[in-house]
Amino acid sequence: MSERLNTPQVPKTAIWNDPTFRAIAIQVLASIAIIWFFWTIFDNTLTNMSSRGITTGFGFLNNTAGFGILMSLIDYDETYTYGRTFYVGLLNTLLVSFLAIVCATVIGFIIGVARLSKNWLISKMAAVYVESIRNVPLLLQIFFWNFAVIQPLLPSPKQSFALADMFFLNNRGAYLPKPHFDDRIWLVVIAIFAAIVAIVYVTKWARRRQESTGQPFHTFWAGLGILLGLPLATYFLSGVQVTVDYPALQGFNMRGGTEVIPELLSLTLALATYTASFIAEIVRAGIQGVSYGQTEAARALGLRHAYTLRLVVIPQAMRIIIPPLTGQYLNLMKNSSLATAIGYPDLVGVFMGTTLNQTGQAVEIVGMTMAVYLAISLIISAFMNWWNKHMALVER
Amino acid sequence: MRKSITIFGIVAASMIAATAQAGTLEDVKARGVLSCGVNNGLPGFSQPDEKNNWTGLDVDTCRAVAAAVLGDANKVSFKPLTAKERFTALQSGEVDILSRNTTWTQTRDTSLGLKYAGVNYYDGQGFLAHKALGVKSAKDLDGASVCIQAGTTTELNVADYFRLHGMKYSSVVFDTADQTREGFEAGRCDTLTSDQSQLYAIRSKMADPTSAVVLPEVISKEPLGPVVRQGDDAWFNIVRWTLFMQIEAEELGITSANVDDLKANTTNPGIKRILGTEDNAGERMGLSADWAYNAIKQVGNYGEMFDRNVGPATPLAIARGLNALWSNGGIQYAPPLR
Repeated sequence: MSERLNTPQVPKTAIWNDPTFRAIAIQVLASIAIIWFFWTIFDNTLTNMSSRGITTGFGFLNNTAGFGILMSLIDYDETYTYGRTFYVGLLNTLLVSFLAIVCATVIGFIIGVARLSKNWLISKMAAVYVESIRNVPLLLQIFFWNFAVIQPLLPSPKQSFALADMFFLNNRGAYLPKPHFDDRIWLVVIAIFAAIVAIVYVTKWARRRQESTGQPFHTFWAGLGILLGLPLATYFLSGVQVTVDYPALQGFNMRGGTEVIPELLSLTLALATYTASFIAEIVRAGIQGVSYGQTEAARALGLRHAYTLRLVVIPQAMRIIIPPLTGQYLNLMKNSSLATAIGYPDLVGVFMGTTLNQTGQAVEIVGMTMAVYLAISLIISAFMNWWNKHMALVER
Repeated sequence: MRKSITIFGIVAASMIAATAQAGTLEDVKARGVLSCGVNNGLPGFSQPDEKNNWTGLDVDTCRAVAAAVLGDANKVSFKPLTAKERFTALQSGEVDILSRNTTWTQTRDTSLGLKYAGVNYYDGQGFLAHKALGVKSAKDLDGASVCIQAGTTTELNVADYFRLHGMKYSSVVFDTADQTREGFEAGRCDTLTSDQSQLYAIRSKMADPTSAVVLPEVISKEPLGPVVRQGDDAWFNIVRWTLFMQIEAEELGITSANVDDLKANTTNPGIKRILGTEDNAGERMGLSADWAYNAIKQVGNYGEMFDRNVGPATPLAIARGLNALWSNGGIQYAPPLR
């Protein structure tokens, strides 16, 4: 009897009844089916395109583009290749997304906090902002900012707003003096990076000191001093030669200097204000999600209102805010593809627009553009996940 | 298991459907309707009215084919396409003909799996400039900013023109014709460039049409015409010869008004051949003998089509110019129909 209890009989099961085997087998079969399905679509497309005499492949990227682009962060003119137009468009998309994400976050946090204000006027104004902006289609807002605000507000080039004959503003853009440095400027660039690293260390050291001795340290002012002082000192010591290219009116438009096109401004404003209305609601929800007991406890300890918000409420609210905030950043980046409606040369406008039409390589170009948006989204997502983990509750 | 069979069936069917591509004529006859890709709104070339009746030169080019193939010029479903969508729509079989002020270029003819069937309008690119600038010639445009519609050959032409003349420019590229015009009207650009035929149409839509002038220079050749898929020669022939037939009809003086009379009474062998009372041109293309009669009766000859949509009596008031018959100083010329 006891013998039988100690070594229970394992009933022999058929291999297809074994749960582990079944799980693995089903997953393998499903994977094969999925791969086969997509491979068929891919192969089908290629076969049909070649049977219809449609050129395929990425060879076109090496051909000369031959068309101009309004704004480029890298060297570009008509003699560059189609491949180069891809990078020009991509960088323009990244630029406007980055600027708009920064602005949207700042505006969104301010409005979100304002909605919780005890001041009736401020909280109602924030509510009106949120409700009116987020309920109007983004495309209309982009048109509004560009054709109803920015363009009519700015004068024609001949009546430019000018400041000291160096800065100009008109409906073709803002024009700033453009400095040209010689090679030693790299020392200054290195100094800036060194300053950033130094600030990180000073901040850590200051925190450790405050935790162990209780003595506060003016991290902000020290950091600012390092950030400005180190590069400036390097600049003067290295003796970099600077020549400045001033913009000037010549013919129809300004020539020379650095040009910032008005479409960048319109698009950044539209994207930032629109996304800010969503971020404001996320921030409000995050703050309200922190138990009021936390605020009361902070007050009981004698923390001032601003400190309560900064040190107690916001850090806890961030845990609620970050995941939906990621979604808003991704939306903003993808919404920036509406740029082409007002002529801002983003990836969709330049590469999936002009380049696609000149070459007709629809499948390749649309595929590349989709891959880029996917990649950027995944990068933003990965960064936000890392940040979320960093901010998450650390169990002690 | 049953599900996987269904999936296999769908994929297999899509493969078969995708490989069966020749035979547009049979498809159109079976469907009873011609599917035609047109511009989503360009006065004189293709524009819908409030009842979704399409009119224009490009629209009439499709209607003539529908009359020749199906015997009824109204059996056309028009698919409005943007410049970006047009080639994909034709390649994928969504439309049977692309008749959308599309410029015939070597790249498009050789690498997109498409064939240009002819030219229904010889156009050229020009500039529209604000009158206040006081510009008299395109050569004065050094440093100008230029409003352009995306996805057109105009972008390349303007780049070539400014490079050739050693001038600088900056291009502001918009998605649609209306956005381009708004950008120009808002003063974002000094000049707007497009095909000359479009410049007049764009100017007529401006709040103050007198505030802009069309500059005299024509900087490119823009032969516009209907496009079909490559590899379906029978269909290509039908579209090409319907257009040639309309040009030939104008040359022979056959109009929608006198076609009945001529069919009954003419002694001119050329006219008899076209109208199918002698010889049978239609049969050689798989059409009925009265293909040309139907097209001329219902749509008219090339000259009628031109005058009705863009000619001097219309708001666009475009002179025949290059589009006159070769015998009248233009370059519209049809090979003999025999």
